[in-house]
Amino acid sequence: MASEPKIILNDVGKAFGSNRVLDGVDLMIERGESMVIIGQSGSGKSVMLKCILGLIRPDRGEIRVDGEDLASMSTRDLERARAKFGMLFQGSALFDSLPIWRNVTFALTQGRMRDAANMRRIATENLERVGLDAKILDLRPSELSGGMQKRVALARAIAPRPEIIFFDEPTTGLDPIRADVINDLIVELVEELGVTALTITHDMASARKIAHRVAMLYQGRIVWTGPRDRLYDSGNPYVDQFVQGRAEGPIT
Amino acid sequence: MQPIIAFFASIGRVLITALGAIGRVTVFASTTLSRAVRPPYYPARLFEQLMQIGWFSLPVVGMTAIFSGAALAQQTFTAGSRFNATSTVPAIVVLGIVRELGPVLVGLMVAGRVSSAMAAELGTMRVTEQLDALTTLRTDPYRYLIAPRLIAALIAIPLMVLIANAIGIFGGYFVAVYKLDFNAIGYLQTTRQFLTATDLQMALVKSAFFGFFIALMGCYHGFKAQGGAAGVGRATTDAVVSAFILILLSNMIITLVAFG
Repeated sequence: MASEPKIILNDVGKAFGSNRVLDGVDLMIERGESMVIIGQSGSGKSVMLKCILGLIRPDRGEIRVDGEDLASMSTRDLERARAKFGMLFQGSALFDSLPIWRNVTFALTQGRMRDAANMRRIATENLERVGLDAKILDLRPSELSGGMQKRVALARAIAPRPEIIFFDEPTTGLDPIRADVINDLIVELVEELGVTALTITHDMASARKIAHRVAMLYQGRIVWTGPRDRLYDSGNPYVDQFVQGRAEGPIT
Repeated sequence: MQPIIAFFASIGRVLITALGAIGRVTVFASTTLSRAVRPPYYPARLFEQLMQIGWFSLPVVGMTAIFSGAALAQQTFTAGSRFNATSTVPAIVVLGIVRELGPVLVGLMVAGRVSSAMAAELGTMRVTEQLDALTTLRTDPYRYLIAPRLIAALIAIPLMVLIANAIGIFGGYFVAVYKLDFNAIGYLQTTRQFLTATDLQMALVKSAFFGFFIALMGCYHGFKAQGGAAGVGRATTDAVVSAFILILLSNMIITLVAFG
């Protein structure tokens, strides 16, 4: 086989009490591919992401990354496997007690103060990659606008050069122009760094721009997967209703 | 029959909830301790917490101690003067402060200050996904956030109780000598005579327990917070209330066992 998929989800299930959030998710993401998961709020997108990251343990199923099953790994192996991942959180989740440069290099120092000059240089490089200036190195996250915080969070996620980056609603809460800046950055990162990207969103403009392929999550299952170009003539009633934003249809 | 069954059912529910909570806290504490002994260690974070818990609590602790010592001396004098026992003032002040008031009042004051701050900070980090972010940045929140707080509290609270004991005895001395006309040297001699190493050890043992509970409750409730700003508020309240109850309960148990 030329190249096996980077990430495989096989029948992944997760319930909180009697609420079955994921009910047998099957998904395959190729190396270097940008996959976008669309779906309503509360359809289990975030839970799926957190299962792959190992923040939540699924109740059943397999999550294979480079062939290794994360769902059955020990905590220590999971820590090692996480080195492949970078994550952009919806609310940026920057550490508000630390200056920007220590935020950006956090994965490299793990919060310790060492090699400050070198770390500042690395922070500058990564900030430049997301279009920010070294002037903000010593500011605190709260002194930046929401769009800039997102970009700093992106710089923090790419600083350790992960193989896979997860984006949790990367454009939510931004104006359309700022949102498009983030979309461009994601496209650029996938092309230039060759990373595999998995994005969850309900912003259709964003999905159309950054996806190679799109999958739709509905009631804890993947109901449709297809290339980006088929998004608007998928022939799937769920996808049709969602991308056109109609109140009437199979989704209630 | 119906109300009787309902009565037992409600007791059962409370018991199950309580046992569940004890279990979860125990798992949380043992996870922290087992991770804390293995590297990476965070000495800078530990120092930061020692400053937060110890150094910055000193003014509050000092005031609590001096006011309580002064009031205790006056009360003992008033009560003792009814049956010609005013000479017991130094003994009661020193034993009352060292054995009970010092550790308990410091514990409660620091719990109000520190458990709440920890729960609010960690709770905010939880609801803004900063704790998840730590994990994805290959940093263990137990080692990076929880262990330094627990260890710092274990070190700082006993030290502060020693300081508070000294200040509290001085508060009593001050009132006795300058208001109630005790002989200064005689007062200090009696104080010295009644103060034993066992009492100090007891104060240290108690305060180590209190320190552990203060940090554990602050961290546990903050770490498990959920549901936005309201959730952080709930976590903060729960942290302070549960720390208070654990301090008073453990104080009673230790006192009954040690002096019973």
